[in-house]
Amino acid sequence: MTENNQHKKVRRYGMVIDLDKCTGCGACMVACYSENNVPFRTDETKKLDSLNWLRVFKVSNNKSFPDVDICHIPMPCMQCDGMHGHGHAPCVSVCPAVATDYDHETGIVSQIYTRCFGCRYCMAACPYHARTFNWWDPVWPADMKKSLNPSVSVRMRGVVEKCSFCFHRYQQAKEKAFVEERMQVEETEYQTACAEACPVKAITFGDLNNPDHKVHSLKKDKNAFRLLESLHTNPKVYYLTKRDWVRRQCDNIDSHTDIKE
Amino acid sequence: MSTQAEPQAAIPADTVSGSGPVSDGTGNITGGNTGPGASSGWMVLLFFIIGLAGSLLVGWIAFPHLLYEKKEQPVRFSHVIHMDQVDDGCNSCHYFRDDGTFAGVPDLASCEDCHSDEAMGEDPAEQLFIDDYLSKEKEIPWLIYSRQPPCVFFSHAAHVKGADMSCESCHGDYANSKTLKTYEQNRISGYSRDIWGYSISGLGSGAPDGPRPMKMNDCAACHLKETGSKGACFQCHK
Repeated sequence: MTENNQHKKVRRYGMVIDLDKCTGCGACMVACYSENNVPFRTDETKKLDSLNWLRVFKVSNNKSFPDVDICHIPMPCMQCDGMHGHGHAPCVSVCPAVATDYDHETGIVSQIYTRCFGCRYCMAACPYHARTFNWWDPVWPADMKKSLNPSVSVRMRGVVEKCSFCFHRYQQAKEKAFVEERMQVEETEYQTACAEACPVKAITFGDLNNPDHKVHSLKKDKNAFRLLESLHTNPKVYYLTKRDWVRRQCDNIDSHTDIKE
Repeated sequence: MSTQAEPQAAIPADTVSGSGPVSDGTGNITGGNTGPGASSGWMVLLFFIIGLAGSLLVGWIAFPHLLYEKKEQPVRFSHVIHMDQVDDGCNSCHYFRDDGTFAGVPDLASCEDCHSDEAMGEDPAEQLFIDDYLSKEKEIPWLIYSRQPPCVFFSHAAHVKGADMSCESCHGDYANSKTLKTYEQNRISGYSRDIWGYSISGLGSGAPDGPRPMKMNDCAACHLKETGSKGACFQCHK
């Protein structure tokens, strides 16, 4: 299975998020909730109960005025390639139900809610807290049911869910390409909801393997890094920042050992 | 004691002597030792076979009859008549939209491209369609044989345009059908029998003259054969 797919032209969809542009407005989270039918609680003040596919974390350099600085880190699923890029993402390796797997065509880690039985091994294995568990069946306000996205199935109680890089949008773009007898999906045809919603264009999305896509050059930027790179999970979400303290907090030990204190 | 012991001892002695009536008795006894044992073995086998046949009849015939609710389509529709009238075969009504999605079963607006308030033929079914649906601007509640569960993503574009498959290779030969077959709905799950009920454990090749089975294993088997890979979960799930 793996072998056959690897002979084809392999796409690796990924994201580059410019942390120096991000204002922490949360538009990406809202777009994600609405695009992917992510359920919410009546009382969302208890954040441990919240479900989210994309979460904006806030970190601070813990200094007092005037040196204080904060940074917002939007964290979708990192779609890890695993060590040597074989698709052994931490969550995929532990799933006993094969409810999550690595797509060698796009590099996206899938999650099948109807197959998941809710053991939550994947949540324990994921170093990025990208996965969330449905403790309750979703309850939508009556009118909101009509605005659910039909391209994404609604999850039920007892299953794990996570960011899919809006895979249904890839499917839709591919359908259009088939009808127009093209084999390539253009960069603009497949964009995630969060990337489209970002008002400052901090999120860039595309195929990391395709030199025509913006992410291809952005990931090679000298300010680019990934979260917890020392774990060799090989994520496909890159971050850009010029601030050293942010990079240190992101535990970027391996590839940027030259960070000065 | 001794008087009682003598006749007890006498019986085996008589048996050994082989006198007429006693030998008959021994014959019966020996027959009783093997004869009823063998015939009860046959009885067990017989009951087992009757039981197995009965269970299979219940499981394969009676239970599906109970499980599947039979529903007729709201309008008696003939593909043959329509195929004679249209130019582009299946595509005339079951077309791809510009964005790559598939229209599937046509809506009333598509029917109105040709049909008007006046019947074009003499079939009473057409008059019924005009009276009940067209003149009232009411969509026909077609029962869709191949509708998949909500967790499934199926791309007609990938199969018809990408893999160059014909409609009938999955749906069966509808183009030559004069009526629409009875729709069978699973009373428990609500799904059509065409996608779920004809192939059990990979056995069975679908309904007679009907569509190909459309269970997950059927999809995976064909993908493995044609593309060399079952594909990742997201290829078919959403």
